[in-house]
Amino acid sequence: MPVKLTVTGAHAVAQAMRQINPDVVAAYPITPQTPVVEYYATFVADGMVDTILVPVESEHSAMSAVVGAAAAGARTMTATAANGLALMIEIVYIAASYRLPIIMPLVNRALSGPLNIHCDHSDAMLARDSGWIQFFTENHQEAYDFTIIATKLAEKENVLLPAMVNLDGFITSHGVESFEMLDDEVVKEFVGTWNPKYSLLDTENPVTFGPVDLFDYYFEHHRQQEEAMNNAYEELPKVFEEFAKISGRKYDFLDLYKTDDADYIMVVMNSTASTAKYVVDELREEGKKVGLIKPQVFTPFPKKEFQKALNGRKGVVILDRAMSFGKEAPLYSLIKSALYEVPSRPKLGSYIYGLGGRNTSPKMIRQAFEDAFNDNLVADEQRYLGLRE
Amino acid sequence: MPNIRDLVDYVENNDWAFTQGHRLCPGCNAPMVANWATLAAKSLGYEPVVGVATGCLEVSTTIFPYTSWNVPYIHNAFENVAATISGAEAAYRSLKNRKKIDNDKIKFIAIGGDGGTYDIGLQSLSGAIERGHDFVYILYDNEGYMNTGNQRSGSTPPGADSTTEPIGKASSGKLQLKKSIVDIVAGHEGVYAATAVTSEPWDFMRKMQQALEFRGPAFIAVLAPCVRFWRIPDDSGVEVTKLAVETKYWPLWEYNMGVYKVTKKPKTFKPVKEYITKLGRYNKLMKRPDANEILEELQNYVNAKWDRLLALEELTKDKPLRTKI
Repeated sequence: MPVKLTVTGAHAVAQAMRQINPDVVAAYPITPQTPVVEYYATFVADGMVDTILVPVESEHSAMSAVVGAAAAGARTMTATAANGLALMIEIVYIAASYRLPIIMPLVNRALSGPLNIHCDHSDAMLARDSGWIQFFTENHQEAYDFTIIATKLAEKENVLLPAMVNLDGFITSHGVESFEMLDDEVVKEFVGTWNPKYSLLDTENPVTFGPVDLFDYYFEHHRQQEEAMNNAYEELPKVFEEFAKISGRKYDFLDLYKTDDADYIMVVMNSTASTAKYVVDELREEGKKVGLIKPQVFTPFPKKEFQKALNGRKGVVILDRAMSFGKEAPLYSLIKSALYEVPSRPKLGSYIYGLGGRNTSPKMIRQAFEDAFNDNLVADEQRYLGLRE
Repeated sequence: MPNIRDLVDYVENNDWAFTQGHRLCPGCNAPMVANWATLAAKSLGYEPVVGVATGCLEVSTTIFPYTSWNVPYIHNAFENVAATISGAEAAYRSLKNRKKIDNDKIKFIAIGGDGGTYDIGLQSLSGAIERGHDFVYILYDNEGYMNTGNQRSGSTPPGADSTTEPIGKASSGKLQLKKSIVDIVAGHEGVYAATAVTSEPWDFMRKMQQALEFRGPAFIAVLAPCVRFWRIPDDSGVEVTKLAVETKYWPLWEYNMGVYKVTKKPKTFKPVKEYITKLGRYNKLMKRPDANEILEELQNYVNAKWDRLLALEELTKDKPLRTKI
């Protein structure tokens, strides 16, 4: 029977990892990811898992070691945040190009500089073109669930891509909340065993991983990565369906909250969606037809789903917790581009919020909604919530 | 040590682990190192799994869709071959524990050049050694970033011309001595570390066997000339490394858990100038007015280093710092 645990989000993620019991975990501590590694190290120390934990000397080596381990046929995981991701980013790209299904919780934190340890999504956006599948999660339950879902999807033979599960630093990772943990056996059976076709340890059938790939093949290999990502998109509904069977929780590319009849919709990722749902409820009580979309999947980007969900709406406000200096904010840019093809395009508003952990209050969320229904949206005017100017 | 009959038997009856068709330069000493390392492992009954750092050996042996490697091989990036192999070794332990693999003969060999070892890969190497992974790291030391055309590395010796610290009218080029990489590795203490040269294959083979049998991290630094940028004739790499030993430029020694041993003690030594003047990469230095001064400093250094090695050998005889990793 599933059990309800009231713990931190980091603990919830570590529990999912414990149940998956990967062959190798290599990780380096960084705030606010540290408790994930600490909990896992305790599981190893107490014999609750028989994973080999490699306590590396940096994130660069963490990702390098999991690449080596995954190429050797192991199911592997690591976890990081912000600057840790920045340090390992070279190998993050390599992991995807080697088609190694590594799983990595990314506890979202602002990238330096200046130094800041609190939540935003600049780290996730640094890796948005790396070839990794990227999930975003609102709370403990989702962070736990998607760690399991990611493992199932990444290892599909027609996918074979690494996947990162984003959860908000401190807000989710350190906040205490209840979530429902599945039975160990149920998770074990759901993720199954990992039997890769090629392994460094198969000395009878030696393979060369990571050759030099020049102008005559590199291009084709990148095209294959795109195909794998398309396959991930095709496979996801099936994985969501299977996960619903074991958990009763049915996920989709987009979490649609009160959007059926909504004229005005907000799009926001991760924990701020909880605040936004609260504001949607308030505004609904005031008779405003508002709704919320929280993307669970960022890469592969659910373009068709956004087109379907946003076509014909009056206004859409898109909240980004990262900036793309000199260009449109990442989520806004992708949604705006997706809407190019819909017959009835809504008015759009771009809002930056919560950088470096700046608190995002219901009042700020309400302000963005009010801009929408007061017909005060100016295309491509980047606005800031909670900023002193 | 694998005897010559075993090696001949092995070579006659088996595919080579590192095979022909690679595009390394004629006279390059790197493939000798790759060959000997894998050959020693194979002929001793081990199954090598090889990791190579970005560099000459890597780019010239695995141009997709071809490979010269007849054994499992991974290249990840420039600075992380030790970390990559440490992950593969961890996977091996895990999969063996979980009975997913039944093979006790695998040995992990990481190979890097001096750029990937002395410089950009030093942290990764240090971490993997400190964690005690069971692997052999082979450094083929050609004293510069030769793959990309002779840029300076932390291994480039003083007075050697390079493109990033060239000798010019106002500069004597690089003045700093090479890092003493084997001392750095030995500083990790729980390690087997040795120097070797391409002119002493049996010395290398013996050290390779010791490294393979060592239960923990092992490191062999092989002086392996780049004939192109050392500006020496294609067929003279081995001759030059012989001279490097005879001039104390590259003494042959090993370190095993605290115990130092000099593995070759020439009865007489030649002056280091004989080695330096053999190499075209020092031609510009030799024309400079301060050439003798730099040579004298180098001679004093290699003398002191040799004396220090002998003293360490004496001091640490039968006195290991520890007996297990």
